[in-house]
Amino acid sequence: MTDAIALIGSRAVQFVHEVGAVATFSGHILACLLRRPARIRRYLDEVFGLGVLSLIIICISGIAVGAVLGLQGYNTLERFGATDSLGTVVGLSLIRELGPVLTALLTTGRAGSATTAEIGTMSATEQLDGLRMMSIDPVHYVVAPKALAMVTVMPLLSALFIVCGIAGGYLVGVYWGIDPGSYLTGLETSVDFREDVLGSFIKAVVFGILVGLISTYRGFTATPTSEGVSIATTTTVVEASVCILVFDYFITALWGV
Amino acid sequence: MSETAPAQHLCLDSVTMAFGRRTVFERLSCCFPKGEISVLLGGSGSGKSTILRLIGGLVHPIDGRILVDGEDITKLANRDLAKVRHKIGMLFQGGALLDSLTVFENLALPLREHTDLDDGAIHREVDDRLASVGLHDIDDLLPNQLSGGMRKRVALARAIIRKPLILLCDEPFSGLDPISTRQVEDLLVDINRRRGITIVVVSHHVASTMRMAEQVSIVLPEGIRTGTPEEMERHEDPRIQAFLTADQDRPAGSLEEVEVLPGLGS
Ligand SMILES: Nc1ncnc2c1ncn2[C@@H]1O[C@H](COP(=O)(O)OP(=O)(O)O)[C@@H](O)[C@H]1O
Ligand SMILES: [Mg+2]
Repeated sequence: MTDAIALIGSRAVQFVHEVGAVATFSGHILACLLRRPARIRRYLDEVFGLGVLSLIIICISGIAVGAVLGLQGYNTLERFGATDSLGTVVGLSLIRELGPVLTALLTTGRAGSATTAEIGTMSATEQLDGLRMMSIDPVHYVVAPKALAMVTVMPLLSALFIVCGIAGGYLVGVYWGIDPGSYLTGLETSVDFREDVLGSFIKAVVFGILVGLISTYRGFTATPTSEGVSIATTTTVVEASVCILVFDYFITALWGV
Repeated sequence: MSETAPAQHLCLDSVTMAFGRRTVFERLSCCFPKGEISVLLGGSGSGKSTILRLIGGLVHPIDGRILVDGEDITKLANRDLAKVRHKIGMLFQGGALLDSLTVFENLALPLREHTDLDDGAIHREVDDRLASVGLHDIDDLLPNQLSGGMRKRVALARAIIRKPLILLCDEPFSGLDPISTRQVEDLLVDINRRRGITIVVVSHHVASTMRMAEQVSIVLPEGIRTGTPEEMERHEDPRIQAFLTADQDRPAGSLEEVEVLPGLGS
């Protein structure tokens, strides 16, 4: 019994310690983003790398999810004779919820894990120490460009996912015989820019911050062995996925997005 | 209590080092004379790499002072540490080249970061450094396209490209063929003679060590033994004799093997 309490206590202390460490790490990244020289070249390389890693899975998943939404939506709406609203149903669920969340989960699995593995391997092979010995701050040179790239790429990928999803829903709907014009009109009249699109954008940015921060932190603090790097990679995927879903609930509950 | 001389160029002064609960060494003191080549020997796991990492400020001691060019680095903030590191070149055991950059970019990086040289000058400097370690026409290769020995020489070229005051080499000869070993050895002696750089070499390669060293330090469990190569060869401690005469092809456990023999712990 006392053992159990001691365990809970030490876990709690460890958790608080970890939160503090992540906060310090974020502060360091922020300071590096403002510091000269600006690592524009490194940042663009990272944006390109993340985009290339995620583009195909985002497009395919987007079309598939849109098609499923179209199918399910069509079957349900048909009972009420409201199949003209298919565009509204598909569009709103993608924009407000599924686009940002699924994009973030897919990006975590693809690019987040790769980021952790890369930084962890650099630490295990002393590349980060090599930078330190050249008086180059590894957070400035390696971590900050990767984290910032994740934050900027996430809304772009989310937008791409939504567009692909809407196209997927459109194809299914039209195949089942709804009027192409009413699908698009429904979409146009029901989607509000401030409420829906901006909210979707904010979600994607928040998820980008989460994934960028968790994946770089886990890589940076990985035990410098191959086992340590593989544990860190798994941890990134689990922690980032859970955080995305929890934060999604709170953003939705608090701001009604 | 330290036995170090007042002219403290590069010194560990009564340093205690531990990782977590695991103590690596306690109250260890040693100095590496300015402008000389010192060699650090010791069994694997005795803390040789840790000594170099302490000097570079990459790990922090529990207690004691570490003097680099006369300045105690143990209490420096990161900004000031970065300044001290300008004086130090470090060759890591595995090379530590950035594997997303080509050989040229790896060598150009410290120049681009810390000097105003234009592209032409950087190219000339990089080619000069590569030639001095006996490498040509590998500018556009990635580190993983090089052999282990080539990587090590590229890493050495990077360590000396900014003309440091102090050069720390962690096992520069491991993984090199005999000819490259001789080449790197000559190179180290050459830059030491020409530029008066202080060089600390961690090595298991006893033959090279004895040829190039002006000071030999051996890390033993109870402390560090230091002397000239001749003094060390005549040293009465059987562990040091075993280490210096051990065939280098024997597994790197010879020091530990001797330690378990009874009656030798005098
Ligand atoms: N980052 C670290 N974390 C924990 N223990 C370490 C770390 N680095 C080295 N050690 C331990 O310190 C001791 C000395 O290591 P090291 O300096 O690498 O030895 P050497 O270079 O002489 O072979 C070893 O027992 C090693 O296990
Ligand atoms: Mg070592």
